[in-house]
Amino acid sequence: MSTKPIAEAHLQPDSFEWTADSKAFIDKVVAKYPAGRQASAVIPLLDLAQRQHDNWIPLKAMDAIAETLSMPRIRVMEVATFYTMFNLAPVGKWFLQACTTTPCWLRGSDDVMRCIKDKLGLSANYTSTADGQFTLLEVECLGVCANAPVVQVNDDVYEDLDYDLTAKLIDDLKAGKAPEVGSMSGRKGSMSKDGPTSLVSLKDSDGVPAWFAKKQASAGGDD
Amino acid sequence: MLKDEDRIFTNLYGWFDPSLAGARKRGDWSTTKEILAMSPEDVVEVIKASGLRGRGGAGFPTGLKWSFMPKEVKDKPHYLVVNADESEPGTCKDREIMRHDPHKLVEGCLVGGYAMRACAAYIYIRGEFYNEAVALQKAIDEAYDAGLIGKNACGSGYDFDVILHRGAGAYICGEETALLESLEGKKGQPRLKPPFPAGVGLYGCPTTVNNVESIAVTPTIMRRGAEWFAGIGRPKNAGPKIFSISGHVNNPCNVEEELGIPLKELIEKHAGGVIGGWDNLLAVIPGGSSVPLMPKSTCDEILMDFDSLREVRSGLGTAAVIVMNKQTDVVKAIARLSAFYKHESCGQCTPCREGTGWMYRVMQRMVRGEADAEEIDTLEEVTRQVEGHTICALGDAAAWPIQGLIRHFRPEMERRIAAHKAGQPVTAVAQAAE
Amino acid sequence: MPKLTVDGVEVEVPPGSTVLQACEAAGAEVPRFCFHDRLSVAGNCRMCLVEMEKAPKPVASCAFPAGDGMVIHTKSEVARKAQKGTMEFLLINHPLDCPICDQGGECDLQDQAMGYGYHSTRYDENKRAVTDKYMGPLVKTIMTRCIHCTRCVRFSTEIAGVTDMGMLNRGEDAEITTYLEKALDSELSANVIDLCPVGALTSKPYAFVARPWELKKTETVDVMDAVGSNIRVDARGAEVLRVLPRLHEDVNEEWISDKTRYACDGLKRQRLDRPYVRRDGKLQPASWPEAFAAVAGAMKGLKGDQMAAIAGDTVDAEAMYSLKRLMGEFGSTNLDCRQDGAKIGGPRAGYLFNTTIAGIEDADAILLIGTNPRWEGSLVNARIRKRWMQGPVSIGLIGAPVDLTYDYEHLGAGPKTLSEIADGSHAFAKVLKAAKRPMLIVGMGALAREDGAAVLAAARRIADDSGMLIAAAKDDDGNEIAAWNGFNVLHTAASRVAGLDLGFVPGADGRDVAGIVEGASSGAVKLVYLLGADEVDSDFGDAFVVYQGHHGDNGAHGADVILPGAAYTEKDGLYVNTEGRVQMGVAATFPPGEAREDWKILRALSEAVGKTLPFTTLEDVRAAMRKDHPSFAAIDTIEAAAWGEFGVAGATDDAPFAYPVDNFYMTDPISRASKTMAECTEAFVLPKREAAATGTNG
Repeated sequence: MSTKPIAEAHLQPDSFEWTADSKAFIDKVVAKYPAGRQASAVIPLLDLAQRQHDNWIPLKAMDAIAETLSMPRIRVMEVATFYTMFNLAPVGKWFLQACTTTPCWLRGSDDVMRCIKDKLGLSANYTSTADGQFTLLEVECLGVCANAPVVQVNDDVYEDLDYDLTAKLIDDLKAGKAPEVGSMSGRKGSMSKDGPTSLVSLKDSDGVPAWFAKKQASAGGDD
Repeated sequence: MLKDEDRIFTNLYGWFDPSLAGARKRGDWSTTKEILAMSPEDVVEVIKASGLRGRGGAGFPTGLKWSFMPKEVKDKPHYLVVNADESEPGTCKDREIMRHDPHKLVEGCLVGGYAMRACAAYIYIRGEFYNEAVALQKAIDEAYDAGLIGKNACGSGYDFDVILHRGAGAYICGEETALLESLEGKKGQPRLKPPFPAGVGLYGCPTTVNNVESIAVTPTIMRRGAEWFAGIGRPKNAGPKIFSISGHVNNPCNVEEELGIPLKELIEKHAGGVIGGWDNLLAVIPGGSSVPLMPKSTCDEILMDFDSLREVRSGLGTAAVIVMNKQTDVVKAIARLSAFYKHESCGQCTPCREGTGWMYRVMQRMVRGEADAEEIDTLEEVTRQVEGHTICALGDAAAWPIQGLIRHFRPEMERRIAAHKAGQPVTAVAQAAE
Repeated sequence: MPKLTVDGVEVEVPPGSTVLQACEAAGAEVPRFCFHDRLSVAGNCRMCLVEMEKAPKPVASCAFPAGDGMVIHTKSEVARKAQKGTMEFLLINHPLDCPICDQGGECDLQDQAMGYGYHSTRYDENKRAVTDKYMGPLVKTIMTRCIHCTRCVRFSTEIAGVTDMGMLNRGEDAEITTYLEKALDSELSANVIDLCPVGALTSKPYAFVARPWELKKTETVDVMDAVGSNIRVDARGAEVLRVLPRLHEDVNEEWISDKTRYACDGLKRQRLDRPYVRRDGKLQPASWPEAFAAVAGAMKGLKGDQMAAIAGDTVDAEAMYSLKRLMGEFGSTNLDCRQDGAKIGGPRAGYLFNTTIAGIEDADAILLIGTNPRWEGSLVNARIRKRWMQGPVSIGLIGAPVDLTYDYEHLGAGPKTLSEIADGSHAFAKVLKAAKRPMLIVGMGALAREDGAAVLAAARRIADDSGMLIAAAKDDDGNEIAAWNGFNVLHTAASRVAGLDLGFVPGADGRDVAGIVEGASSGAVKLVYLLGADEVDSDFGDAFVVYQGHHGDNGAHGADVILPGAAYTEKDGLYVNTEGRVQMGVAATFPPGEAREDWKILRALSEAVGKTLPFTTLEDVRAAMRKDHPSFAAIDTIEAAAWGEFGVAGATDDAPFAYPVDNFYMTDPISRASKTMAECTEAFVLPKREAAATGTNG
């Protein structure tokens, strides 16, 4: 990885204002932390700014956060550049975060990357399609390894991909409709694709474990 | 094999209602008030007696960790911080708890928080788990609305808050002090220890950081008893545990099994076996990317618990089993982990900041055989120069996979170097470890 | 008291010590980069790893608390291996461009690589290159050399109080920078150059100027303010190339202000290097005898009250003493060392910084009166900030609101607020009274005005009424309670306290500066002798003006005769700082051209005017001075000054206090002649003035 790009001056907006919704959210978030510890809200506010501003954070937003939380601007910038999820330059409508760490790689993330290259022409980090719809970032483990390989699109993770399913995902996104979140192969959760090997006995009892069912029965009612 | 009646996470696969109503049906929140009627010391004693060891990687006894908190709340409040920054490659278990069984975690926060006299629990969830955070927040809101947490939690007279905090993409924040720094609004750079969090933690207050799974199992332990939990698994390696099985198996999955289950049984019973059959197995990383891999010869007999894996110079870690069959370019598989650690090093301390880059670059050449045979020794020495010399364990985690590779697959590395020197194409060849 | 064994030596260290401190106590040298005594512990460089028996891995000695019974090895196989490993890592991405690096010869990395490194590298990959960052006119960056110790970040955050530096990104891409590469806007900024253990941050004005071994190093004191920072002046031949801080725990610790450090290029410019005499309305070069003859001619026949002398802000005590003696020979009492017209004098306690600079650390309430210590005594301000960082302290300011780098309560703008505190009606009066060690600092902005004596009296009353004077005593348990004097004057002129100690003030019926100016214009005063006095921007009418000094600045412009003197780096001389601390300045170079040390000029002149002063050596001057003014006898010690009556109770004006320093970077002839100070003015002062004028924010 090289350092993440910061938008050139001509792309930076002249100002940044919190929306009314954002302001209400900020009040709620800051209240989560003890008095005087409002700096704790810096990650939530960077995330908020990114959501408010087309999925990237301009410098003016960092200034606004510094002011909102009474912190030095350089401290906000340190945080913004430290964490992978903050974009400091414009990205596409669909921000593809493809995992290629070993568990995904063992399951074919190379094919996923090849498909992205074939279909969108993207292979380098933070590059975008000419129409500005897609931006690619190769990311590290997304914590969905039993459903590898995966690609996260904005907030949603698409799982159990291969070349063809990746193509389908991209086609759907191009058509403007994100597929249902989760496994693209139709698997439920992280259960074995050939059917469950555990919890089978509870399947028809709403997952109520035997010890609790017994206890309920002996107590003769619910609590 | 673990019986369904001893499985704690009965909604692991999301078959059932994750909301409060569904959770209550499954036994969650059923006797919480009685648990809170015990003294905090007694709760700690039960957890100690259960033999529960931390599920986040290090395997430190949870009850003992709780007992390090001050016995009285003085001028500073106590905090429980839940590490939901699940980022160790191969690991995907906490995600299932948070999206399918979130009330187990929320109730666990209350029980654990009570045991350590905390005023609140902060759950630090990795930022990429957006939908999981939404699910968990819903559970927290439900618990507040039902009076289970907040003021006079469960009618116990005890006030307790549960607060969800999203991270933003940094593996290092899974290190407990980096997590605290991040939660305080700073870069996730690990702190020097001592002081330890139990003395000086979040906001300078006594704090205990526990993994999601460790916390989520505690209400069930309290209900079913320490003996029940201790009776599962092997001595000093007690209880059921969620295993994440990924890589070259026919059916990758998460499954709750007992500690000490033979690796082969785990893979064959639950993950549909190794792709190409057990004899096609090359190696397994048994506990997430940070632990050294094991060659097939070890895998044949090994039991999946903390102490058995330590004996073979690997580790249970997060119980994330990454399987590699004989079609794997094992040097590349480990080199990719070196790239991961380089990417995730916080950059604070010298050996890790510089060493991860060095190891990564040499590993890239090793994949292609562009090296001298002696460089394998140099690489080994560099890993030793990083290991044990850094502020946190990320340096060790970056070093161990390479050490494991050299220990078990040195001939494959040498073969590539020789091939490259001879001008032959360097390709991965299916080959057993030495 | 924990007892440890370090390399076989048993040592006992105070509780709270670190293993590193224990090692030092045992005489074991431990290498380090990130650790610095005055900064928070980062523990990030990992150079100070040592072996601790029973520990599974080496420990970072700078951060690890020393415990009883520990057995430490600093040179064992384990320790050495760890240290060598760290050194190898530090060097793999370091450019090793020592031959072209200004840090060469005084580089921690270079030195420690000799002691703890391998003789060659095993790293064959490409080295990392890092883009240089702009940090302003003083700090040059070569960021590829950076080893990420974060000393600079910690200094700017903790000591300077300007949180503009940080480390962006992470891992091997981590880079030190200022926010958006803005200039580091702190009057203490260049201290990061000294702190940088490698050549990443070096001195921009000194870039490629010299190697340390070419320099003659002279330990002396600074005159850019009245703090008296201890400095080392490095010169090559006749040229002062740089000024560095010297450790003095009680004065400047190990920091100096950017003006102290960088005004020195002003020593080369606009110098008076030969005598001048005004002929035909123009100043024309002259010989020393011609110049003396001109002065003697002008003095001839004048009575004492027709002559006057004003001493400037950076003059040494010996020169002032000599001039006072010479004026005394003529019977003149028209003397003043207070160019700004400050209404101070009287007993010593009334014009000293009695608490002492180090004493600030014991204060628990501080009232600032008409002073912006950040510009008027940067290291005093740094000490207040240090106190503020240590724990709760109430600080109040009377004057215009300014950024002092710490929180304070803005109490008001001028004498009205002061009176309210003095009469107890202001809330801050209670704060002071409730404090155990309250102090006040009154600045020239409050005293250099018509009602200055009344302001001084009000300040004195506050000191009296708020318990700022505490006599040494014993408490009920028999513990010593140290004496305390919380009354302080913060001077801006390096010469001022010495001038007041010497009585370089109007004698009976003598004229002060305003009186001299008035006398000159009315014709009552016929000759004015300006000894380095460049801040009196006045017209002396038809009076004959003699200017003795080193720069062609304000004072020289209207002079009839110029006698070229020596700047502070060119003469031995005594200075008394605002605390009353006598310190010795030492010549680092010779004065340029025909310029001479000031006491010598006055001695020669005395002979030319027939009033020969009885000195032939500098020691003669000092002996006489010590005899007349015993406070000059003790060098670098503080004698508590006796409390007494000072100030004149009376009405005050409502006008707000105006701070004396408008542009920190240009306050005297040397800094005004400095190119570097001009650059700083352009970078830091002018934009703010412009913003203030147009009403926009920076």
